Amino acid sequence: MKWDKILKLAGIVVVVAALAVLAVKPVFPGVKWLPFVKLIKQGLDLQGGVHVVLEAKDTPEAPVTPERVKQAMAIIENRVNAYGVAEPVVQQQGDRRIIVELAGIKDPDEAVRNLIKTAYLEFKTEDGTTVLTGRQLKTASEEKDPQSGQVRVNLEFEPDGAKTFAEVTAVNVGKRIAILLDGNVLQAPVVDEPIPNGRAQITGYESLEEAHNIAILLRSGALPVKVEVMEKRTVGPTLGADSLEKSIKAGIIGLIAILVFMVLYYRLPGLVADFALVVYALLVLLIFAALHVTMTLPGIAGFLLSLGMAVDANVIIFERFREEMWSGKTLRSAIDAGFKRAFVAIFDSNVTTLIAAAVLYYFGTGPIKGFAVTLSIGILVSMFTAITVTRYLLHLVAGSNLVRNIKLYGA
Amino acid sequence: MLRERMPFHFIKLRKIWYIISILVIIPGIISLFSQGLNLGIDFVGGSLLDLKFHQPVAVEQVRGVLGKFGLEGASIQRSGETDFLLRTRELSEDESVQVIQALDQELGGVTVQRSERVGPMIGRELIRNAFLALGVASILMVVYIAWRFEFKQGIAAIIALLHDVLVVTGIFSIFQIEVDSAFVAAILTIIGYSINDTIVIFDRIRENMLNKKKGQLLEDIINASLWQTMARSINTVLTVLFVLVALLLLGGTTIHNMVLALLIGITSGVYSSICNASPIWFDLKRMENPGKPKTAKA
Repeated sequence: MKWDKILKLAGIVVVVAALAVLAVKPVFPGVKWLPFVKLIKQGLDLQGGVHVVLEAKDTPEAPVTPERVKQAMAIIENRVNAYGVAEPVVQQQGDRRIIVELAGIKDPDEAVRNLIKTAYLEFKTEDGTTVLTGRQLKTASEEKDPQSGQVRVNLEFEPDGAKTFAEVTAVNVGKRIAILLDGNVLQAPVVDEPIPNGRAQITGYESLEEAHNIAILLRSGALPVKVEVMEKRTVGPTLGADSLEKSIKAGIIGLIAILVFMVLYYRLPGLVADFALVVYALLVLLIFAALHVTMTLPGIAGFLLSLGMAVDANVIIFERFREEMWSGKTLRSAIDAGFKRAFVAIFDSNVTTLIAAAVLYYFGTGPIKGFAVTLSIGILVSMFTAITVTRYLLHLVAGSNLVRNIKLYGA
Repeated sequence: MLRERMPFHFIKLRKIWYIISILVIIPGIISLFSQGLNLGIDFVGGSLLDLKFHQPVAVEQVRGVLGKFGLEGASIQRSGETDFLLRTRELSEDESVQVIQALDQELGGVTVQRSERVGPMIGRELIRNAFLALGVASILMVVYIAWRFEFKQGIAAIIALLHDVLVVTGIFSIFQIEVDSAFVAAILTIIGYSINDTIVIFDRIRENMLNKKKGQLLEDIINASLWQTMARSINTVLTVLFVLVALLLLGGTTIHNMVLALLIGITSGVYSSICNASPIWFDLKRMENPGKPKTAKA
């Protein structure tokens, strides 16, 4: 027995066990980044939300130009931000597509409808001339009259708009001025007297929320181009939570099956591999948290699949190691020879799998990209842990003389 | 001494392996040509609604409400008392709101668990991207294998993985299991996995060729290499299958088909890596100078 090595081994086991507990259990509620598993960002399919692909469409009045798509994106971003969703995604894809992702939103359908509304505001006189448009609007806000309970949207114009408004109301006293949104007449009030301060109101909303949505649209300005929904996926929060819970349960059971199998088949090295697998899982989860990898449902499947790959590297090494033992090598030289010979196989086989994952990342979208990312990280980390952690531990175990029965090494 | 147990000679029996593969693949190919794949809305466009009613309802009731919108032809799938999966043609934003409102009012309340709408353009792009991805991945792998091993091994490996793709798509076609974008991801993973197995075997052949004894036949070297890597091949696939079976039985319904594809494909992958890739490479090598039994030459 070599006590220094045994102590080292025990120390490592304790540290890893402690890290594993810290990773998943809220031991220190005061520390914000613990347990770090909670930091891993969940995709829309897990936390619920909406993913939509919008496309700008040509119309005779407004053909699609790169400039207009950029403007539309900025406006949509404004509208998205007004919803107050955590970490929304607004991203351009290709020439005329915009991807929007909103997590944990109450009424995703309503939100999407509002995002793509043109929201073109016009003021027209009775003879049909447009006297003012949303462009001259400074701000819009909803309000509920505390006395009458009437809900309205207050409009305030920019100075030049206010000036125009004053002039127009002056010459139209006794006549109607129509307020139109996207070509629909909202109201056509009669002008009682000139309005010099550049303020107007739209009334007749049923709820404050409805008025709030209209105010957001008006504030963010009109979309310069027609936008249509190409693809939309919504997941309710219950389904997402349910999927997450089920996958975690399945993953734990699969993991336990792997751990048991490894010990039964490879005995002591199997135990070392199991330990390396725990280190592997911790490392991968840490990387997910640190790189802000978004975890999707296929991503979880990719991670679990990579557990199998991580074991594979160990399996290749142990099979090699067994052979070296049978050929009469000492324990320590068998470990080294096993690793050396196994490395080429592990490297070449993992590179080909990485090629598949990279192609998947390049051509995939959304959750599929997430799957490719988790799979790739898994492959890289599994190579690393197999050739460093497993090797180091196996040497430590062999060097400690803790176990001398060669049968326990699977020979 | 290496403890080598070799109950049979893989290369000498290779015709049997080819026949097994063909027997598995042919029905799938016939099915692919006659009834094709059950393409989900990801490919053909359309709308999907995953609904939970607040009280038990019958399929007929749901169909009745859909009929008012001219959607009698929708596919209505019931899972459990109150859970329904509706697949319809692509519904506009307004249409889907109206349908959900009608279901909500007439059938005692409903919660939308998941809703998807995919335009036909997206589906076409997905199909194009899927084929592109398959092609690009195959070419890159052949290039890599040609560089690290030899070109003919690359070809043999690609044939083996096409085998796996055909097995999975064939079975999905025969049983008309729905295919979505996650299926494409599953296929590419299967490819990566299958080739991974093949490479480990090729690596062993490469090593054994370097240490070959004089006059040793290529077929014996391949056979020995296959047996030497057998435990690894089987153990690895077992560990992956543990996880996949757990996911299939306990995981959510959303990834069910993806997991099923992986399960079939990875099982097929281990078979093709052992029984197809190396024997095909052997046959390709034999074509270099036909007639003669091939002695090992790296």
